[in-house]
Amino acid sequence: MVKYCVKRLLLSLLILFGVSVILYVLVRMMPTSYIDSLLGDPTLADFEKRKAELYAYYGLEENPTFKGVVSGYWDWLVNFLKGDMGVSFKYNQPVEDVIFQNMGISFTISFISLILQLIIAIPLGIKCACNQYGKLDYTATVLTMIGISFPTFFFGSLVIKIFALELGWFPVNGIQSSLPVDATGWEIFIDQVWHLVLPMFVLVFLSIGSMMRYTRTNTLEVLNADYIRTARAKGLSEHTVVYKHVFRNTMIPLVTTLAGILPGLFGGSMITETVFGIPGIGKTAYDALQAGDIPFIMGYNMFIAVLTVIGILLTDIMYAVVDPRVKLGK
Amino acid sequence: MEEDKKILEEATPSETVETAEDLHGENLGDRVKVLSPGMMVAKRFFRSKLSMVGLVTLILLFVFSFLGPIFSPWGEKETDPDLVVESATPRAIEYIGEDGETYVAYDISITTDIAKASPSWEHWLGTDDNGWDIFTRLMYGGRISLTIGFVVVILETILGVILGGLAGYFGGWVDQVVMRIVDILSCIPTLPIMLILSAALTSMGILDIRRLYYMMVVLTLIGWAGTARLVRGQILSLREQEFMLAAKCSGLSTGRKIFKHLIPNVLPQLIVSMTLGLGSIILTEATLGYLGLGAPLGTATWGAMINYVTQGDGIYLAEYLNFWVPPGICITLAILAFNFVGDGLRDAFDPKMKR
Repeated sequence: MVKYCVKRLLLSLLILFGVSVILYVLVRMMPTSYIDSLLGDPTLADFEKRKAELYAYYGLEENPTFKGVVSGYWDWLVNFLKGDMGVSFKYNQPVEDVIFQNMGISFTISFISLILQLIIAIPLGIKCACNQYGKLDYTATVLTMIGISFPTFFFGSLVIKIFALELGWFPVNGIQSSLPVDATGWEIFIDQVWHLVLPMFVLVFLSIGSMMRYTRTNTLEVLNADYIRTARAKGLSEHTVVYKHVFRNTMIPLVTTLAGILPGLFGGSMITETVFGIPGIGKTAYDALQAGDIPFIMGYNMFIAVLTVIGILLTDIMYAVVDPRVKLGK
Repeated sequence: MEEDKKILEEATPSETVETAEDLHGENLGDRVKVLSPGMMVAKRFFRSKLSMVGLVTLILLFVFSFLGPIFSPWGEKETDPDLVVESATPRAIEYIGEDGETYVAYDISITTDIAKASPSWEHWLGTDDNGWDIFTRLMYGGRISLTIGFVVVILETILGVILGGLAGYFGGWVDQVVMRIVDILSCIPTLPIMLILSAALTSMGILDIRRLYYMMVVLTLIGWAGTARLVRGQILSLREQEFMLAAKCSGLSTGRKIFKHLIPNVLPQLIVSMTLGLGSIILTEATLGYLGLGAPLGTATWGAMINYVTQGDGIYLAEYLNFWVPPGICITLAILAFNFVGDGLRDAFDPKMKR
């Protein structure tokens, strides 16, 4: 077990190294130069001088050469291993600070949505499996399929149009409206919650489908198992069979998929946050991408990649932890 | 397929009975219908209502996109001349001439405005801010969106099957190298990469239809990893089965063993993943279009048409529903249909699902 984990960790490092090389080369190819946006009018007198100064200041070169990119990557890697991701061009702060400052709101939204999703999807999946091909099953299958198929931006726009613009029940975007100066903390809190209802609704509705279908498939498999027949044969009530015997075994694959949610939980969702104008990590990253903020793009994408790798690793280890039949080999 | 062989073997006895029955002047083959596995899959597929709904929707979308423009009176980028409003408001310019007198000149340059027609008989879904017919553009957009999906899925399947097949069959260092690349690719976030690429293309001055080709290439290069993983996993378990031993004993070449005996056994899973993959590629294209990237300016794709939502400080979102709701519905319908068909195929291919 320990040997397996060590081997997997080393492999993960290799993967992260590969990811960082590809990302760095791509990011350096990106010509939306942050510096060009700083320079402004090219007709000014000291334009060329300022340009050279700025390029030197940010450690870049105008036309990236192979050697320049390699040495740039090397500097970045050494600093990254020291835990220093550089200073964001756009936000003028260390990258890790920007990430952690904006992560809170994204994490809150994703976490609450995840809880809601679990509360709705798992019981629904089990119910559907118990009445396979029943009315509820068909309705839920079709609805969740629609949920899976809706593009986030389209559903988000529709929801804004209907609930915010037409009915006026919710604010259109942002996370806080202008409140009177003497607003109490409670009022501010309620206001913020009010802003987050729509984005969370979108997230939950769109992601409930895959989890519900996963639960349903697993439950169907468990329902066919011999030990369920045994449980029924010894005269247990249907309730006990489903909620004691089936439910626990259905949870095995579900627990393992939870580890894979990690990147989504901390990394925010670029599209949802852009649609609703929520200043979370996803929107921050999108703005940075638009501005050509090299350190932040690298930092953010590596952050996501690290989370993904940890997620995959946890999934495999969880398998062995949750299900005693699985042994991690080699 | 292995499954096929078993069923065919079971089917052969009926033929011997048939000859016996022939004595009575009756052909048993007329009464007993022998279904090939392919026909059984088709039967199971067509029996499921949802997959039929999906299939019909897909056919309709294809007919709409590929044949529709023939019947449309408007072109992709054809401005309805009736909507062009030319207004000339004379503007007085006073100036003092060389002779010291004050002159008044009138500027009568013509400003053109293009009215946005609301849905009518002439323009079923109205026209956009360029005076282009939205319903017609929906058809042209479907062409591109659906084509991109198919091209990318076919390319990434070819790449994934070859590399995954090699990795699964040979194992050892080949497997290690291919699977590590797959791991790396699956850790790279797709959306940021596509955003970076799009920015790069813009600055290189590639603004025409070639953008779409580059996009397809990159989507393929990122997307084959999933197919390779699937193929490799299947081949790892198939490789140990008896029919592969038989193939080895017959002295077949490696290429023949992989592509004639192993890959066909993976085909059911491949077809399912391809169908579902089509939906996700269309979604990716649409997402890029929504962010204002991907397709060249003015070219109609479903994604690019929905980009109106983000423009004009939300005026299109609030007022011009006919601009962005129809393409959104088309995207959703296409993805939904591919999902339904993929799901139906999965159930049809998998005999275990029969309860």
